Amino acid sequence: MRLGRLRGAVAAFGRFWWDFLVGDTPEIFVVVVVALAIVAWLSLGAHLAALAGVVLPVAAVGALAISLVRAARSR
Amino acid sequence: MFAVTVSSSALVLAGAVFLAAAVEMVEALTIVVAVGHTRGWRSALEGSAAALGVLTVLVAALGPALVRVPLNALRLVVGGVLLIFGLQWLRKAVLRSSGWRALHDEDAIYQAKVRELEGLGASPGRDHAAFVMAFKGVFLEGLEVVIAVLTLGTSAHRLGLAVVSALVAVVLVGAVGAGVSRQLSAVPENAMKTVVGILLTSFGTFWTGEGLRIHWPGSDTMLLGFVAIYAFVVWALATSLRARRRAHEVAA
Repeated sequence: MRLGRLRGAVAAFGRFWWDFLVGDTPEIFVVVVVALAIVAWLSLGAHLAALAGVVLPVAAVGALAISLVRAARSR
Repeated sequence: MFAVTVSSSALVLAGAVFLAAAVEMVEALTIVVAVGHTRGWRSALEGSAAALGVLTVLVAALGPALVRVPLNALRLVVGGVLLIFGLQWLRKAVLRSSGWRALHDEDAIYQAKVRELEGLGASPGRDHAAFVMAFKGVFLEGLEVVIAVLTLGTSAHRLGLAVVSALVAVVLVGAVGAGVSRQLSAVPENAMKTVVGILLTSFGTFWTGEGLRIHWPGSDTMLLGFVAIYAFVVWALATSLRARRRAHEVAA
């Protein structure tokens, strides 16, 4: 009984974060996660660190544009 | 110079939390006013107070714990969440301002809630339906404010400032809402949502970079640079989508 409740609570917690971060905009989530991985890799090398700072805002703008175009096409 | 940059980033943080809390409070207040007018104010206010109490406990419990997390790790995770959260807000705001999505109409939401509440039978004594609806409205809208307060407040090591900014917004919107009651639709909600989206995305970019040990040019001042860049991008995207919408309507 207690285990069932615990499972339910964990599932609800996971659902909340899934809806919050992914929801109906999975493209934003994917672009941001991929950009973070690229920036983390770039910032390891000293000569690529400057490039790392450019990738993040460019990816954010790209994610927004992709998401908006996707939303406009679906209407 | 140091004092100027520190206070400007604090100002941006306070503004972001204040506006996020104000936008969510307007949405919550629409539900509370609908419940109060339809089913009576006692249960509506009790439900709202209970939800505010639970939200306060969440901030009090999680805030001090988050402050103990190493700053770089905290900024990376929080920055990532803020970046996604901010971009989602901007997406909604741009789609609404360019006509691809209906504006958030508080009048329509109010009428729908009133119809829903009138359909429920009257209950003797404490009105459980009214209590639950007011609680859910305030809690669910307030949860986004709690996330904004905790993420922005802990990452900037200014949790107190974030809490105070949110409280001022809650009190101010509550007081104004009590005065104007049903005219909440007059609040420029989409413009506020756009500003909050720009600020959250700017903080998200800045802190994610700091978490990954990027040294931004101009240090804290770069935050204002991001605000300017994203404001321009949002304007350009909204203008382009508006033109596309007009072409779409002409073709249809």
